[in-house]
Amino acid sequence: MATVKLSFSPAPVHVRTARLVGVAVARRAGVREDLLDEVRLAIGEACTRAVALHRQYGLPDPVYVEMSDSGAYTVRVVDRAPIEASIGLAALPPDELAKESLSEDALTTGVGFALLAGFVEDLQVRPVDEGVGTEVRMVWPVGRA
Amino acid sequence: MELSLATRTVGEHTVLEVGGEVDVYTAPRLRERLLELIDGGARRVVVDLGRVDFLDSTGLGVLVGALKRLRSAGGSFALVCDKEPLLKIFRITALDQVFPLHPTVDAAIDADATGAGA
Repeated sequence: MATVKLSFSPAPVHVRTARLVGVAVARRAGVREDLLDEVRLAIGEACTRAVALHRQYGLPDPVYVEMSDSGAYTVRVVDRAPIEASIGLAALPPDELAKESLSEDALTTGVGFALLAGFVEDLQVRPVDEGVGTEVRMVWPVGRA
Repeated sequence: MELSLATRTVGEHTVLEVGGEVDVYTAPRLRERLLELIDGGARRVVVDLGRVDFLDSTGLGVLVGALKRLRSAGGSFALVCDKEPLLKIFRITALDQVFPLHPTVDAAIDADATGAGA
């Protein structure tokens, strides 16, 4: 088993770094090549969400990302925002998306969740075990299918 | 890869060619450019995503913002995209039902000229 841990200041510029590391570790772990685009997008969305929440609540704490390949490739993205997160607000219907009243931030959040739910078969969003915050946990199979 | 933005005019249409990665860090620059174009009087806008190799929810939010702005100004907005990974993103988010999506710039302009645009 190998683990790579990364924590970064909640700034948009670092999300790309997290994506690059996440995909590099996925490739190394043996995630199928045709899944890597989805891995890249999902890690990006989870980190973007965490950065947005830290900025919204003025939290200087780093966003924490842990990647491990024990049996499957598991990525955990942990934020420290004081909210009750769930994946319940995922699907916005098309006519809702184009509505004038829907703010760009709300749309981006909804679309971000739709992408996570759509691209990650094994996805969990739950409160962290200790303290305040949410963990987005994503799992991909490794090895030849 | 860094974000690249290039604008050209084709008849009545303003074509914005986007390349590289559109994400939470670079999307504000795309938003700024689209606002400049619209504020500068562009009303028929085609955004060519042909050279985009990454697009996230923030980028999608910016594109929807431009679509709404142009619609309320009586204009039109269309996207050019023929890459399957990007098309899948539009399908999963249902945004393929919000944007006019075309495989080429010519197709986007033709469709808009015949009234099939946004």
